[in-house]
Amino acid sequence: MSEQNEIGFISNDPPHRAPGPIGSLHASLLAYTPYRWLAGKLAASGLRVRHLVIAVPYIWLLLFFLAPFLIVFKLSFSEYRIAIPPYAPIFEFIDQTYLQVRLSIDNYRLLFQDSLYIQAYLNSVRVAGISTLLTLLIGYPIAYSMVKARPRTRFILLMLVILPFWTSFLIRVYAWIGILKNEGLLNAFLLKIGLISEPLSLLNTDIAVYIGIVYSYLPFMILPLYANLEKMDMSLIEAATDLGCKPVPAFWKITLPLSLPGIVAGCFLVFIPAVGEFVIPDLLGGPDTLMIGKVLWTEFFNNLDWPLSSAVAVLLLLLLIVPIVLFQRHQQKTAESH
Amino acid sequence: MKQTPEKRNALRDTPWLDPEQTPHVQLLDIRKNYGDFTAVDNISLDIYKGEFFSLLGPSGCGKTTLLRMLAGFEIPTQGRIILDGEDMSAVPPYARPVNMMFQSYALFPHMNVEKNIAFGLKQDKVPKAEIQERVAEVIELVQMQKFAKRKPHQLSGGQKQRVALARSLVKRPKMLLLDEPLGALDKKLRQDTQFELMAIQEKLGITFVIVTHDQEEAMTVSSRIAVMDHGRIVQVATPTQIYEFPNSRYVAEFIGEINIFQGVVENSDSENAAIISEEAGCRVETGRSTDIAENAHAWVAIRPEKFDISTEPPSDTRVNCMQGEVWDIGYLGNLSVYHVKLDSGKMAMAVRTNRARSIESSITWEDRVYLSWHPSAAVILSN
Repeated sequence: MSEQNEIGFISNDPPHRAPGPIGSLHASLLAYTPYRWLAGKLAASGLRVRHLVIAVPYIWLLLFFLAPFLIVFKLSFSEYRIAIPPYAPIFEFIDQTYLQVRLSIDNYRLLFQDSLYIQAYLNSVRVAGISTLLTLLIGYPIAYSMVKARPRTRFILLMLVILPFWTSFLIRVYAWIGILKNEGLLNAFLLKIGLISEPLSLLNTDIAVYIGIVYSYLPFMILPLYANLEKMDMSLIEAATDLGCKPVPAFWKITLPLSLPGIVAGCFLVFIPAVGEFVIPDLLGGPDTLMIGKVLWTEFFNNLDWPLSSAVAVLLLLLLIVPIVLFQRHQQKTAESH
Repeated sequence: MKQTPEKRNALRDTPWLDPEQTPHVQLLDIRKNYGDFTAVDNISLDIYKGEFFSLLGPSGCGKTTLLRMLAGFEIPTQGRIILDGEDMSAVPPYARPVNMMFQSYALFPHMNVEKNIAFGLKQDKVPKAEIQERVAEVIELVQMQKFAKRKPHQLSGGQKQRVALARSLVKRPKMLLLDEPLGALDKKLRQDTQFELMAIQEKLGITFVIVTHDQEEAMTVSSRIAVMDHGRIVQVATPTQIYEFPNSRYVAEFIGEINIFQGVVENSDSENAAIISEEAGCRVETGRSTDIAENAHAWVAIRPEKFDISTEPPSDTRVNCMQGEVWDIGYLGNLSVYHVKLDSGKMAMAVRTNRARSIESSITWEDRVYLSWHPSAAVILSN
């Protein structure tokens, strides 16, 4: 048996296959005794060095995503109390003999009893849904015209879409305050051209929130649509025209159905983060703007009710898992059909 | 001029020779500019009903642009296109009684074979029952019955090609345009499909206009070929005429292999014009007259298969005979190709059919050989 087979790294691969970069790195590292020892130990337990490499992102996810979530999840079952930290422990030793476990579902009950939370959830979904639709309506023509543009212009347009990412998100949202406020740029402009006689109150309304979300998330709609439309074979449109279909119907019958994967991807990429959005409704929205992200913030920082805000967070996650799973399945399906 | 019935019958397969025929498609002085670049340069062309007409040329010669103007995707900068007596110049592609088969096939990926084929009929609001009937008919024509419910990504290249053909035929166009229709198929399949295409074209009697850069394909399928170069048509003729009587060095070199020798014209008036060629090392008699002036420079072209190659000198080595040494031999199975270095230093190529089944060839490397030919084999070309 060869050395490599003993260690069990390349043994399962067909012999004619050239080792990849990791494979050749592995082969050269085998020259060093500590590495050989490690590889040998791993092989003895049925593992390979390759598994160790894959394990890195998994461990990362485990540490920084799953563990915090479990902490929040546990917190959501504890009780609020005025103390530091502001919650009662779930596990407690009594008389150094009994382990007392106190799981409270009061937080969740409150979420369903107080209409504020349900309202906030529903409102978030509504705002996110309408914003997604608006981004699609604005983003599709932009993506389409980018694809139709000449390569040079196309590159410039693509840069213009990506450019805002180079500035802080917060600063960009703040900039909208300057535009939308009563004595802001937009009102000044509209007054000047005489379209309105007194300033529109836009800031601190739902309209401002929609403008903010659509503006901030537009690139997330445009980029997947652009990627999809760019791949489309333009001779399909010519073929449709050649077969007697006028250009506008050809768009509905050919272009639109074929760009559906891009539309779905863009919609999910906008909808999912928009539901939990906090910064935009907080800065641009008014006191009536009820969104779950804002409620969560208030519970956590203003009321210091960590257990309740944890329950809000858990429920928000559950609410988002449905579209996320749908999105994943959709991605998988499109990947398979190619 | 009135024609006898016999003559008319003879002209049935060659309508371009019949002055009484009106062309099915007429291109009148067509020009297409892209900025400063002239893609198609003042082309006039008549195509007759039921022809299988090829536009042949290297890439960038304007053949695809010409085809796309026939389809309506490009608007001529100048000139008119007349189809069946109607001026098509201002008619958009969706209203032209012309269909195109795309090089990429352009099958709609989200529709199955049937729906792809039915698409054109649906646009014309053809009744459902008739759509079904006509779709089934063309599916049978291209023998794709088994695959009617498949999506394009489940088909092989050859099957896609059939579906694309069916889709472009189902509307019974007056003219079918084919843009490199067999370019994506492998050689064997391409040859089979060529004959199938010809059979279908003959059966339906539709005028086919095909764009190709493959001269063999053009030779096989076409009634006539237009050889194009730099936006112009260099020669329009039947495959035989193009091959045997090219009108220029460009056509001669583009179609098949050919040996070309430079020389000076002698006695051009007579019925037997000749060229004195130092390169060939002999006097080349052609058995025909030429309109090139006497003592002018001209070229003589001879196809490699027209040569008799022999180690024995023919009776007269001064006329239609070249001498040289075998430089290289290519054995292709059915043929052997001999590269002969002539005494003038120029290389000549001769092809011999391997009729006898022998391993040992009578001619081998470094043999002194004589290439001779019948006077009718040589063509005199001006530049």
